[in-house]
Amino acid sequence: MTTLFTILFDGVAYGMLLFVLACGLAVTLGLMNFVNLAHGAFAMTGGYVCAVLVNNSGWPFFAALPLAFVVSAVIGVALERTLYRHLYTRSHLDQVLFTIGLTFMSVAAVDYIMGSSRIFIKLPAALEGQFDFFGVGIGRYRLMIIVICGLLTVGLQLILAKTRFGSRLRAAVDDPRAASGLGINVPQVFAFTFAFGCGLAGLGGALSAEILGLDPYFPLKFMIYFLIVVTVGGSSSITGPFLASLLLGIGDVAGKYYVPKMGPFVIYTIMIVILIWRPNGLFGRTAAR
Amino acid sequence: MNALPEVSSHAMARSRWRGGEIAFWVLVLACAFLFPSRYLIMTDILRLALFALSLDLILGYAGIVSLGHAAFFGVGAYCAGLLALHGIITEPVIALVAAGLVAMVLGFLTSFLVIRGVDLTRLMVTLGIALLLEALGERFSNITGGTDGLQGIEMAPILGLFAFDMFGKTGFFYSLIVLFLLFLLARRVVNSPFGLSLRAIKNNPLRASAIGVPVNRRLIAIYTLAAFYAGIAGALFTQTTALASLDVFAFEKSADLMLVLVLGGTGYLYGGLIGAVVFKMLQEFFSTITPQYWLFWIGLVLVVIVLVGRDRMHRWALWLPNLVIRKIAGRKAVVAVPESDAP
Amino acid sequence: MSIRRQLLLAAGAVAGVLAVIPAKAQDAVKIGLILPMTGGQASTGKQIDNAVKLYMQQKGDTVAGRKIEVILKDDGAVPDNTKRLAQELIVNDKVSFIAGFGVTPAALAAAPLATQAKVPEIVMAAGTSIITERSPYIVRTSFTLAQSSTIIGDWAAKNGIKKVATLTSDYAPGNDALNFFKQNFTAGGGEIVEEVKVPLQNPDFAPFLQRMKDAKPDAVFVFVPAGQGGNFMKQYAERGLDKAGIKVIGPGDVMDDDLLNGMGDAALGTVTAHLYSAAHPSAMNKDFVAAYKKAYNQRPGFMAVGGYDGIHLIYEALKKTGGKTDGDGLIEAMKGMKWESPRGPISIDPETRDIVQNIYIRKVEKVDGELYNVEFATFEAVKDSGKTKK
Repeated sequence: MTTLFTILFDGVAYGMLLFVLACGLAVTLGLMNFVNLAHGAFAMTGGYVCAVLVNNSGWPFFAALPLAFVVSAVIGVALERTLYRHLYTRSHLDQVLFTIGLTFMSVAAVDYIMGSSRIFIKLPAALEGQFDFFGVGIGRYRLMIIVICGLLTVGLQLILAKTRFGSRLRAAVDDPRAASGLGINVPQVFAFTFAFGCGLAGLGGALSAEILGLDPYFPLKFMIYFLIVVTVGGSSSITGPFLASLLLGIGDVAGKYYVPKMGPFVIYTIMIVILIWRPNGLFGRTAAR
Repeated sequence: MNALPEVSSHAMARSRWRGGEIAFWVLVLACAFLFPSRYLIMTDILRLALFALSLDLILGYAGIVSLGHAAFFGVGAYCAGLLALHGIITEPVIALVAAGLVAMVLGFLTSFLVIRGVDLTRLMVTLGIALLLEALGERFSNITGGTDGLQGIEMAPILGLFAFDMFGKTGFFYSLIVLFLLFLLARRVVNSPFGLSLRAIKNNPLRASAIGVPVNRRLIAIYTLAAFYAGIAGALFTQTTALASLDVFAFEKSADLMLVLVLGGTGYLYGGLIGAVVFKMLQEFFSTITPQYWLFWIGLVLVVIVLVGRDRMHRWALWLPNLVIRKIAGRKAVVAVPESDAP
Repeated sequence: MSIRRQLLLAAGAVAGVLAVIPAKAQDAVKIGLILPMTGGQASTGKQIDNAVKLYMQQKGDTVAGRKIEVILKDDGAVPDNTKRLAQELIVNDKVSFIAGFGVTPAALAAAPLATQAKVPEIVMAAGTSIITERSPYIVRTSFTLAQSSTIIGDWAAKNGIKKVATLTSDYAPGNDALNFFKQNFTAGGGEIVEEVKVPLQNPDFAPFLQRMKDAKPDAVFVFVPAGQGGNFMKQYAERGLDKAGIKVIGPGDVMDDDLLNGMGDAALGTVTAHLYSAAHPSAMNKDFVAAYKKAYNQRPGFMAVGGYDGIHLIYEALKKTGGKTDGDGLIEAMKGMKWESPRGPISIDPETRDIVQNIYIRKVEKVDGELYNVEFATFEAVKDSGKTKK
């Protein structure tokens, strides 16, 4: 019985991690209608920034995390201003071609700079190991992930629902023309949103190095997972991707534990069934709102 | 009543062979004799071209996006491999068709899942199917050989006459003939009334169904046909390399395919062929120069292509021929837009 | 209208690129080095490539009066690429050796070509037993998993480990490791309490490790391919398996020197059997490690040693044949060759053309603040038992 809770706990942590990694993509894809397959590259950037700061420059882990966010966000906004914005109006296929190209470049560039071996981030001792909570094994690091990601999720939801920026963003997405007519600086809102999504990915990358491993092929390896989260979750709100991430995380972990031989089936089957049942995702545009 | 003859004459006009097309195939054939030392990579290109042709049928003509086309490629590959390995059907041509048919059945069954939903859903459902098959292949490793793939496949001579040789000559001509025949078929199909109705669906499904086109049935039909093509491409892969491994189902395979087709342009059949040539050449070129970092340069090329825009690229590429035509032939220059996009 | 010109152009481009066939230099001996330089196995490829370059820097690029030219190709560990590249290298570039091969399927894919063209195939990485049986022209300088797995199996049974849970990657080398370990461990009276095969591409070990933990074994036998060991150890520690008194044993792949230092103190005390440790106490190894570190700013792993010895074997074979490059002569020259490698004394078994080497039992310890596999027992001249079992 306690094992069940441990599995559940691991699954939730894994899911939360996926959510932070993918929610930027949910925003660009769902809200801005832009297929950004290079999303994983921003996550990788964050991960490597954190790794270099902690391992080589001796920064404390918790100081390096925000920087992973900032660096990824800055690179994101720079790319958005120079390259991405020309492509908002192009066909999805062009966007795919372009962002895959960017991903390839980032993979090779990181390989060149950092080498192709997997790297790890040295963690503070307080985050290592597991403790017992009424017989349930709780990993400290995973607990931290749940806390950080949980706070982020609540924060995001509040920003989107309650702040002025949130309503501007929603207006800009619903009808960019009307929104700019109302004096909302739509490109600026988009750029800011894009940067924020990239920053979150960077933070996710830094957090995930410990669990998923960090190597130059990270963006390609996890692209599928990000896409699953976004499509299954639907794109009208961040609740959808959030629940989808949890489902995916728990499904993956539990599947591997209880039926190790059938591991990968579980998530793919869940995904296909959900998409057949609700083609627009759990919280698709037609379903929610 | 008036529209009917017009449509059919339009279709007929399109289906006429033009000089350029003939020249294209002659050139392909010429390559076979010009570069006898490069049969292997050329075979690789032909296979990829056939595979891309298959995707073009659904993407370019029916507007169905797919990130899981490797599912059919893989099924075809494993069928051909298993048939040869266990000596069930040793004759390659029959095995090829059989493998294609198996893929086709799978295509028919999965088409019901695919025709639902919007683009993104389709992308993910197709991808999911391919990944599921890959996981199945890994699970039943006693049949598929798992990650190690099928080992020890030996191919019988084609029609009992032509044995596969080390230089890949037989494999090349075999692939070329298969590609050409299937290309003819595809050409016939897309220029038939059936093909025209597909375009109508692609442009506007609602309107198409309003004028009486059975939208879902047409989509299922073309999806099934495309699966057949992909299955054949997969079987060709196994037969010419005597290998089949789980890579055939991989996401990278489907993604590369998408790149190839988008690179070459969709909706005029030659897009996949040209894309395959360009993509493979780029890959070969860059990976010879820098075996470690060729991915960077491929990526750069993709980015530049999108930023510059394919139309503009076409115009630049056609600048010289246009000039020559104007000067020498004195007639109007060619236009730079693929026909399907032209009004 | 438009298409035709584009087609012509495209076809012209093909013609242009295809025509650039590398010019042939007559007297150089060419070696086709096929390695995964991109993709998940890229670190294997890089290590071998580095080692080969290092060797050629140290020993010069001329042997028996002939220049050595290495042509590096990237196969991304995909067997059909390997096959095509090998074929092109043999047919177009007229190479005298094909070498490298990061994974078993790649090595197997090239085997028929080696036989047909009578070109020696030097396997520098892949470790499944069957490889050398697939062609009389295959010689291996890496290792087989049977070598290290049988030894760790015996060792575990004799050193008070009764119950073992196994976690192996689900592909040929993983299955080899599992089977040979099981065979020797159960013969020695041990018991396997849990057996999990994990998919090769596997992001998160947590659920599998939880299974290990619940099985409450004395030790976990682990084989994951080079490169994934770090993740495994991290999560092993995170899950508290070390605190639960469950040891890690296995062939040394999981404790690859390449990654060891990044694994953290959780790795301390892990006992593995392997062919090479960067801490191997010989003068030759010290020089090798120092030179490698200087050139690439990295510790060499066992893959690097496989490459280093592979190119050494090629050099020595050429010396013996006086620079002649017929395949049969070279293979004859290689058979039974003995030399001192950074990993210790090794030789090529004249019957199987496989490597015979010492297998060391090592324990992870801290040396000068860094983690190393410190050898504490040696099994001398171990042959591949995978072949003798038939």
